[in-house]
Amino acid sequence: MMQTLDRKLLRDLTRLWSQSLAIASVLAVGVAIMVMMAGAERSLRETRDTFYERNQFGEVFASVTRAPIGLLDRIEAIPGVAVVETRIRNPVILDIENMLAPGTGMLLSLPHSFAQGTFPRLNRPSLDIGRWPEAGRDHEVVVNDSFAKAHEFALGDGFYAIINGQRRHLTIVGTALSPEFIYTIGPGSIMPDDKRFGVIWMDGTALTAAFNQTGAFNDLSLRVEPGTNLNEVLRQLDLILAPYGGTGAYLRKDQISHSFLDAELTQLATMVKIVPPIFLVVSAFLVNMVLGRLVSLEREQIGLLKALGYRQSEIAWHYIKLALCIGAFGVALGWGFGLWGGRGIAELYAKFFHFPYLVFVPYPSVYAVSALAGVAAAGLGAVFAVHKIVALSPAVAMSPPAPHRFRAGVADRLIHAVHMRQTSMMIWRSLTRWPLRAGLTMLGIATSAAVMVAALFMFDSMDALMDKAFVQLNRQDMILNFVQDRPRSVIDDVDHLPGVMVSEGVWSMPVRLSHDQHERRTVLEARDAGSELTHLLNENDQPVEPDSGIVLTQRLAKQLGLKLGQSVSIRFPSIGDREHKLAVVGYAAQSFGMGAYVTPETMTRLTGRAARVTQSNVMVDPDEIDALFAVAKTTPALSGVVEMRAVRQSFTDTIAQNAGMMTTINALMAALIAVGVVYNAARIQLSERARELASLRILGFTNAEVSYILLGELAFLTLLAIPLGLVLGYLLAAGMVAGFESDLYAIPLEVSRVTYFRAAWVVALASALSAAVVWRRIDQMDLVSVMKTRE
Amino acid sequence: MATTERVFRTEKVTKVYHTGSVDVHALRGVTADLYAGEFTVLLGASGSGKSTLLNILGGLDHASSGRVWFRDLELTGLGERGLTRYRRDHVGFVFQFYNIVPSLTARENVALVTEIAEDPMTPEEALERAGLSHRMDHFPAELSGGEQQRVAIARAIAKRPEVLLCDEPTGALDSMTGVQVLEALEGVNRELGTSTIVITHNAGIQAMAHRVIRFADGNISEVTQNETRVSPSEIVW
Repeated sequence: MMQTLDRKLLRDLTRLWSQSLAIASVLAVGVAIMVMMAGAERSLRETRDTFYERNQFGEVFASVTRAPIGLLDRIEAIPGVAVVETRIRNPVILDIENMLAPGTGMLLSLPHSFAQGTFPRLNRPSLDIGRWPEAGRDHEVVVNDSFAKAHEFALGDGFYAIINGQRRHLTIVGTALSPEFIYTIGPGSIMPDDKRFGVIWMDGTALTAAFNQTGAFNDLSLRVEPGTNLNEVLRQLDLILAPYGGTGAYLRKDQISHSFLDAELTQLATMVKIVPPIFLVVSAFLVNMVLGRLVSLEREQIGLLKALGYRQSEIAWHYIKLALCIGAFGVALGWGFGLWGGRGIAELYAKFFHFPYLVFVPYPSVYAVSALAGVAAAGLGAVFAVHKIVALSPAVAMSPPAPHRFRAGVADRLIHAVHMRQTSMMIWRSLTRWPLRAGLTMLGIATSAAVMVAALFMFDSMDALMDKAFVQLNRQDMILNFVQDRPRSVIDDVDHLPGVMVSEGVWSMPVRLSHDQHERRTVLEARDAGSELTHLLNENDQPVEPDSGIVLTQRLAKQLGLKLGQSVSIRFPSIGDREHKLAVVGYAAQSFGMGAYVTPETMTRLTGRAARVTQSNVMVDPDEIDALFAVAKTTPALSGVVEMRAVRQSFTDTIAQNAGMMTTINALMAALIAVGVVYNAARIQLSERARELASLRILGFTNAEVSYILLGELAFLTLLAIPLGLVLGYLLAAGMVAGFESDLYAIPLEVSRVTYFRAAWVVALASALSAAVVWRRIDQMDLVSVMKTRE
Repeated sequence: MATTERVFRTEKVTKVYHTGSVDVHALRGVTADLYAGEFTVLLGASGSGKSTLLNILGGLDHASSGRVWFRDLELTGLGERGLTRYRRDHVGFVFQFYNIVPSLTARENVALVTEIAEDPMTPEEALERAGLSHRMDHFPAELSGGEQQRVAIARAIAKRPEVLLCDEPTGALDSMTGVQVLEALEGVNRELGTSTIVITHNAGIQAMAHRVIRFADGNISEVTQNETRVSPSEIVW
């Protein structure tokens, strides 16, 4: 048997359905994002961890030019080292049918008896389809799954690779996935491009023979015992490997695929921290607003219930239950959307991150936490709305509330000076009589504008990032990577390649930079003085030159705790343990990477070597680009070609794909907040002022004039809220940018006028639409019956 | 200042309210004439139809059938806009519960109307006529019930309406303040010649009217004219 009060509850809910729905929707967004983002983060993290464990992903990585297998004993003897795996790893140029541009392949050796079941101890690939190459068959390869898909390769198809100067045909016998290449990105690139970059596993014997590495290795990774001091392992490893061209060992956190994945997880975690709380707070505010009005309307009923002997707690619980019902509905709605959106996100991730499986697992704890947060938000809003009236004594509650006292304040005198119409005066008095309510309503609407700005600014930031990366800083058409460093004179050879109009050399050396306790492994670049194709700009877009010092990327300087003029310690792992010092003379503002820059002269001085070149930036005559590609495909000295246009294209495509969907969703969310706030505020105002408005209608005021009083106040608040929201949006965007920053990239904070305009427009439109719905109610107001009732 | 010029004319006016499954016949074919400049009192029990007629005359409600004229203007032919226009230009209302805007002072409440009227008097003059010139800058919460009702009267007459419709204007007041309100109404009727129609439960008030119309069961049961009228202060409450 249903309690009478519960029956009242049900009827109240039915009566307030539109307002309840508006609140539940806002709440649902918060819950949905929580379920979606937190779920995605956890799914991604757990899938990754499982994949890492199952396939024995390494913890420490190192490359050398060529080291004897015999070195293995010394490495295994480093305290804490548990497993060591060595292999041959070489980038090669690929010549693929139907593709003019040369591709880049990363050749990796598999243990000789792999096909018979001897798995690599670390970084094991998982076969997706086909089989492993047979021992001794030097033309059989397994490629990464996404590369095969991008070219629609079937088993048995093939392509050419320039292996140690020889053009060899390779046949695909299988596809695989590896924990090293969850995020597959080619050397020197910033975005995945599965057409131009492929991972190629070959039989170890065949590969060592092809690269004259018999009895040697050039790449290793290892795992350590728990509790091992990793920095000490790195130091000892560097010492052992230095004579063999070691480029400096590094940890998993610097492994490229891992760190991209990590950056993504950081982004998700940032979103979970920022977005759902906004929606939860707004819905708590809305519940408070609506319930506050309800209890004040039912004040006399509350008094009656108390007179009848109901306890305060029983009455309060009755109203809180109403809020909890709305909360529960919002949570259910949010779960539904979250589950649906979570699947979508998992699909999106499957495009970028290559796991053998990636399912969006609905974790019960994520659901529980989101439900708790959602219901708590609604409940909290209710408690604040109810507590005052419930505490009134029955006699006081049963008598109507004292009329609102208005007083002419200082502001009124000012207002009188401008001779406002009385209808405007009513708006003004309402605002000044309930400043807190007006302020909160304004803040609610402002939140909507802020969410919109935070949703849209990504486009601006990406535009700024692209402009910076591809126009201001890097103007080269291509980057040619050399197999090994070359003497300076190689630039003359590059100049003679077909179509090359300008070529510039870059000399890169892996280094360890340190300052105080901070240490970072990075690449030290020496560029030709007066370079035309690449530029270093500081945060004010002014050129910076390293001169006799060093220029650091801003984020690198920040991580090392370095200020201008301080000196940084530099060590070259491939040369020895000697430490050099250079003064920081400038910061470079860059979105990608954490580079450090010196002049070729400084590099020569530090390394004691004559100037070398490891890559060349070139500007190419567009008409001769095909000829250049053809030559590049047969040039043994090249290990890869990066075509900037393609990088830019894949960057644009990725943004277009993700941002399009995300922006639509975000715009909807922002509009939902505006609708939720404005609609509820207007309904409450209508309920409070029905009598006043009806009497004006009787006096002969038209509908439009009466609506002006009600909606004019909201329009005024919206007008104030929009600029405030735009400012809040900027701050929110700044927070997101800061949260998204990783070692790999930093998104510049850029908010265009168009974004501000769009955000303002969406909020104004959403407000206007909700106001229009309420306007219709004013139209339908029954003048006679409103006047008959006593307030 | 009673004349023979008709200000309202009704012809077989009916009004049926459909509430749930029952039809309530509030008016059952009322035919009546009301004269310009007269002070008319409508008497009758609750539910006898007097308020319904007043609402129809005031353009707040539509008749279910029959016809209603304000001078030559047929109200029964007007839509929502036309009725709003009619109220705005010609009618002043006074209700039992004052219905003045709490966020505006007495003066501002009156100004609310003078701002939209064609040829209004000043708010000060209207308040003066309602006998409230000393409390013009007070907010409603600072005024007594009688004072609030006089703000409502000032607001109603400020636009110099041709008709003043009052639904139980003294219903919520004690006798002394009730008399003050009636004096204000009588003064308006006498000095401005505003046709005034007052609904009341208080039979004593009929003594101050030119004409008394009695309602019973949705129709007019009797119309009488007073040869001699008494002043509000002499009314037996």
